[in-house]
Amino acid sequence: MIAATQQQLGNYLESFSGFAQSAVGHQLPWLRKLREDAFARFCEVGFPTTNDEDWRFTNASPIANTPFELARNKRISLTLEQLAPYRLPGAACQLIFVNGRFAADLSLIGKLPAGVKVVSLGKEIGDNPTEVQAHLGRHLNTGRDAFAALNTAFLEDGAYVHIRRGVVLEEPIHCLFVSTGQDAPTVTHPRNLIVAEEASQVAVVEDYVSIDSGLAFSNAATELVAADDAVVSHYLVEREDKQAFNVSTLRIQQGRNANVSSHSVLLGGALVRNNVHPVLAGEGSECLINGLFLGHGRQHLDNYMLVEHASPHCSSRQFYNGILDDRAHGVFHGRIIVHKDAQKTDAKQTNRNLLLSDDAQIDTKPQLEIYADDVKCTHGATIGQIDETALFYLRSRGIDEVSARRILLLAFADECLDRMKHGPARTHVEQLINECLFGESESASAAS
Amino acid sequence: MSLLEIKNLHVNVDGHEILKGIDLTVNRGEVHSIMGPNGSGKSTLAQVLARRESYNVTAGEIVYEGKDLLAMKPEDAACEGVFLAFQYPVEIPGITNAYFLRSALNAIRKYHGRDEVDAMDFLPLLREKVKLLEMDEKLIMNRSVNEAFSGGEKKRNEILQMAVLEPKLAILDETDSGLDIDALRIVAKGVNAMRGPERAMVLVTHYQRLLNYIVPDRVHVLVDGRIVRSGGAELALELEAKGYTSMEAEGRTAAPARA
Repeated sequence: MIAATQQQLGNYLESFSGFAQSAVGHQLPWLRKLREDAFARFCEVGFPTTNDEDWRFTNASPIANTPFELARNKRISLTLEQLAPYRLPGAACQLIFVNGRFAADLSLIGKLPAGVKVVSLGKEIGDNPTEVQAHLGRHLNTGRDAFAALNTAFLEDGAYVHIRRGVVLEEPIHCLFVSTGQDAPTVTHPRNLIVAEEASQVAVVEDYVSIDSGLAFSNAATELVAADDAVVSHYLVEREDKQAFNVSTLRIQQGRNANVSSHSVLLGGALVRNNVHPVLAGEGSECLINGLFLGHGRQHLDNYMLVEHASPHCSSRQFYNGILDDRAHGVFHGRIIVHKDAQKTDAKQTNRNLLLSDDAQIDTKPQLEIYADDVKCTHGATIGQIDETALFYLRSRGIDEVSARRILLLAFADECLDRMKHGPARTHVEQLINECLFGESESASAAS
Repeated sequence: MSLLEIKNLHVNVDGHEILKGIDLTVNRGEVHSIMGPNGSGKSTLAQVLARRESYNVTAGEIVYEGKDLLAMKPEDAACEGVFLAFQYPVEIPGITNAYFLRSALNAIRKYHGRDEVDAMDFLPLLREKVKLLEMDEKLIMNRSVNEAFSGGEKKRNEILQMAVLEPKLAILDETDSGLDIDALRIVAKGVNAMRGPERAMVLVTHYQRLLNYIVPDRVHVLVDGRIVRSGGAELALELEAKGYTSMEAEGRTAAPARA
């Protein structure tokens, strides 16, 4: 056991010593310390096992036992044509990352309004380290979470978005992370930082895709800082190929009356874990944590939420819908902590699941920890099959069985879509959901 | 040729024989009423006609327009013109009534090799029918199918669907149950507007009340899985006066009557 653990860590130890000497910003003492502390922490905690309460339903050993190489050591060039199908029409700008590295020649930045900065984090560390230092690593919890620690140890590139006070950017910022097939298993650690100053507004889409299959592990982390009265929408789309591992963490820090929506859409990947961790630190802040996961084959899709109410009069809404077919395994673990001072908290959690096959599986676990005495917290979960009565009702009106099933599945998925604001990001996600459910690009919303 | 001919129909539900030999002939242009106490098999008959697959037909046949109805899937029966107004209309979250109805209409049109109706052309048609049923347009345009509808709204929605889909054979399963008198009048108005020489209707009901507004050509009394009496509209009045009890006695002793 210990030997195995040593072996797992040894591989990272070797990578890290080389990385720490050459990584972007390695000469900055604060960044060096951030990385080294995080790496030390990773070595201390090691990869989680199913004995860990937060990982009870997800066995991370396929990740732990694979000797991944850092993808940064290999350069792959892609063409604009190869990327064309993955773009998000109507985006304000598009940042493309290939195997974790920003690809300027493939990205479309265009002209952004004053007060909007969208660059690669690697570049910003070089150009404006003080600005980065103000937020980077200040929020993500590396103490308990090995993957967050590992990401921080190896952080080098990702998206950096900074919206100045009062600035509104309506079109979404598209961040596309492309994994390319490689001979050996490779790992990337995309690290994103989104800073929305007071009363600003922005939408960011993190989109993970594969070009050519191969054993790839994306270990991503995003810190999102929403200052007082800021309105931020974040979309995470996982649509990598069926061999990919993807662990992602979104850590949200909310100021007074800040309003953040997080939308997680898990469609691809073999073993996927998505963590969403908002801290409602400012009074009156609101958070929507919306999710949809569609599992096929032997996919394992784990949704973990930790919602921390730290101030009074905050509200959080968690809505996750899962559709699982074949032998897919879904997890919903929704933890809500209401701290002592967070009176008048209004927290709601709902997880609804459709199992389309006898071998599909869902583990759903609410976990409420309430230390304040004047709060409203509710949670509920349902697990069911396609409603046969509804199916008969549709068929009795002339709609054939295949179409009727399709309408019911779309309606179920649409509950999540309906929580997204109308616009290019929602249209993008809607199309991907259609393709995932029915293997075609026809975008026929059931609700239209 | 009759529109519908049911011959010696036996149906089992969950191992119990519910229908024990039904014979019924319905011609185009006719309105039939099937009356009977709770548990007599009225709804089972209605569901079998709409091809609910969990109902097990153990004997007999149903000929619809010369074709074997029992060989049809629910959607095929619907496309061939069979419509069931459900006793308990189903709520379907996430699908608007308008989308649902247009999908149904287009499925039927496609079955008959006709072009689909687009949303723009469908809207005026739907509006006209919504008006006939005196329904709130917002309910139909924006809200999900039957979701959070009152009982009366659900029943009216069934008749609205019938008015849009224009079936040849409409079976109304206790559409009158739970309606107040105003809603009953509106439903009856909708049904009467649909009466015509090419269309037949079967009204399944527990009470005679509905028949004050929709006068049937034939009335059948169903007791314990058998039709025990058939007659004209006056039979409903006789039932109202005497109750089912006398006929239930008949049902236990008499051989099944021919419709």
